[in-house]
Amino acid sequence: MAEAEAPAEGRISESETDEGRTVHLSGRMTIRFIDPISRRLRALEADPEPLTIDLADIERIDTAGAWVLYRTRTAREAAGLPFQLTGASDKAEELIEQICSHTQPTKIRPDPMPGFIRTLEKLGAWITFVATTFGGFLAFLGLTLVSLGKVIAARRAFRWRAFINQFEAVGVASLGIIGLMSFLVGIVVAQQGAVQLRQFGADVFVINLVGRITFRELGVLMTAIMVAGRSGSAFAAQIGSMKLAEEVDAMRTIGMPPIEVLVIPRLLAAVFAMPLLAFYGSMLGILGGMLLTWASLGIPPATFVQRIQEVVPLTDVWVGLIKAPVFGLVIAVTGCFQGMQVRGNAEEVGLRTTAAVVQAIFLVIVLDAFFAVFFSAIGWN
Amino acid sequence: MALEDDRRGPVIRVTGLRNSFGDQVIHENLDLEVRRGEIIGIVGGSGTGKTVLMRSIIGLQRYTAGEVEIFGRRVSGLGELEELELRRQFGVLFQNGALFSTLTVAENIEVPMREFYHIEDALMDEIAAYKIAMVGLPPDAGPKHPSELSGGMKKRAGLARALALDPRLLFLDEPTAGLDPIGAAAFDQLILQLRQALDLTVFLITHDLDTLHTICDRVAVLADKRVLTVGTIDELLAFDHPWVQEYFRGPRGRAALASTAAGG
Repeated sequence: MAEAEAPAEGRISESETDEGRTVHLSGRMTIRFIDPISRRLRALEADPEPLTIDLADIERIDTAGAWVLYRTRTAREAAGLPFQLTGASDKAEELIEQICSHTQPTKIRPDPMPGFIRTLEKLGAWITFVATTFGGFLAFLGLTLVSLGKVIAARRAFRWRAFINQFEAVGVASLGIIGLMSFLVGIVVAQQGAVQLRQFGADVFVINLVGRITFRELGVLMTAIMVAGRSGSAFAAQIGSMKLAEEVDAMRTIGMPPIEVLVIPRLLAAVFAMPLLAFYGSMLGILGGMLLTWASLGIPPATFVQRIQEVVPLTDVWVGLIKAPVFGLVIAVTGCFQGMQVRGNAEEVGLRTTAAVVQAIFLVIVLDAFFAVFFSAIGWN
Repeated sequence: MALEDDRRGPVIRVTGLRNSFGDQVIHENLDLEVRRGEIIGIVGGSGTGKTVLMRSIIGLQRYTAGEVEIFGRRVSGLGELEELELRRQFGVLFQNGALFSTLTVAENIEVPMREFYHIEDALMDEIAAYKIAMVGLPPDAGPKHPSELSGGMKKRAGLARALALDPRLLFLDEPTAGLDPIGAAAFDQLILQLRQALDLTVFLITHDLDTLHTICDRVAVLADKRVLTVGTIDELLAFDHPWVQEYFRGPRGRAALASTAAGG
């Protein structure tokens, strides 16, 4: 096709006489060929020599071509330099006229700001954003707890069906991935532990290492991270899209408080599913450790289980199980809160979903540190 | 160039088109011709596949049988380059504007220019500014994001993007739906002006009877899985089919008819 177009290509040529410069344009003066023509004519805008543009050989002209001619003419006239347009067809004249009637000083980009002010503005915007988000989060948490209180006090109906659906999505549907992940983490911890402890001839302490770290920390922490990634993000995205589609507003007008309908079931699902998932994850982590110690250290599973009972105090199990529902609460509240903050466009859903996951994981780890200090302080070592 | 050789023939020719989703047949043996320089209105009840027809023509919908020609050239089976070449010949305004939400209005308009041609930034900005003015957006609309625009402004911005490359064929999917009557009338006039200035052929899907009366040269009626009839409004008024009669002779149809008659 390229060769078929060759004769129609827009061309520019120049000639100079005593009366000044003449620019001959030929072929198609369309957006496709306009760039070099535009550059040349722009350069000639301030040229003191009289300028004539000859359009007699133009085959076709579109608004882009007409614009360039209009721009050149306006610039020449504004500078008081002689300018002439010859050989323009009615069509070209008409298009240029059309453009005359549609010129307005139009902004294309936002107004530029001095760097320093811009930095200050960004800083200010960030501080306001953090402050309002924090305040909004507290308000949301309070509202959620009040609604929860009402549901518990049986002043409002509890949405069993939504709860069960969410419980399935958060808990049952994630059994596979959480189990696999915990199992692999158990293997890794046991393997690394075995390599290090073997140097001291203390292979058997691998069991202490795997048992205690899995029940106290890794089981629940890895589960929380997976739930944040899987369900926290889903909460934010679901509620966010519902906000965009005005579904949340529709609920309000029908008299269904969104907190009660959307947030409470998700929150309770996460709070109840987390301890179960964490326990399940810990068990599979232990299983992974057991298989590795059996395979690489030759410790039989029966011995492993017996040792676990001896070296892992029951308080370790409690530490994990007490933390789990708190993590579930944090994940659900963050996810739902971020979802509720969505307004404007689809991009916002993505941003809020990311924020939900990042904040949930961050909060889980911060809380985990507090728990560690707390449990040590009460002597649950 | 090949696409322009056929200056006399129809701009769009659809023959024997068949579209189906699963068991549900939308179009069966559908024929339609759009002539050069006309504004053709496509009407039909909900679910008769007006948008599907448009999507089939512009290549967004794979049809199961039939043939679509644009500028005398079969749309199916084109090579990648030929398809691009064809695509820059037409502009499409989607129902809700379909602006890229992460870009400003001006950037949206510049997208097709950047995609297809090498044009210096200054000229692109000038063209974008001119298009913004041409579709009747306010001067401060350029740096705004689509989420800051009202529904009518989004449509205008979408139209500006559709017109960015000065296409000769324009597809409009319900351009006046959701606009207030004043805005809708202004939009009608805008389309007429653009047709005049740019020699456009316009393929227009609409439910707006006023738009049909004001700007359409011919109207195609979709019913019974095909194009039932094509003609001027007067011809359709005389056409003996219950749906067509109901459509143009119903209370709203009569009102629109009366207002165009009164307005000249």
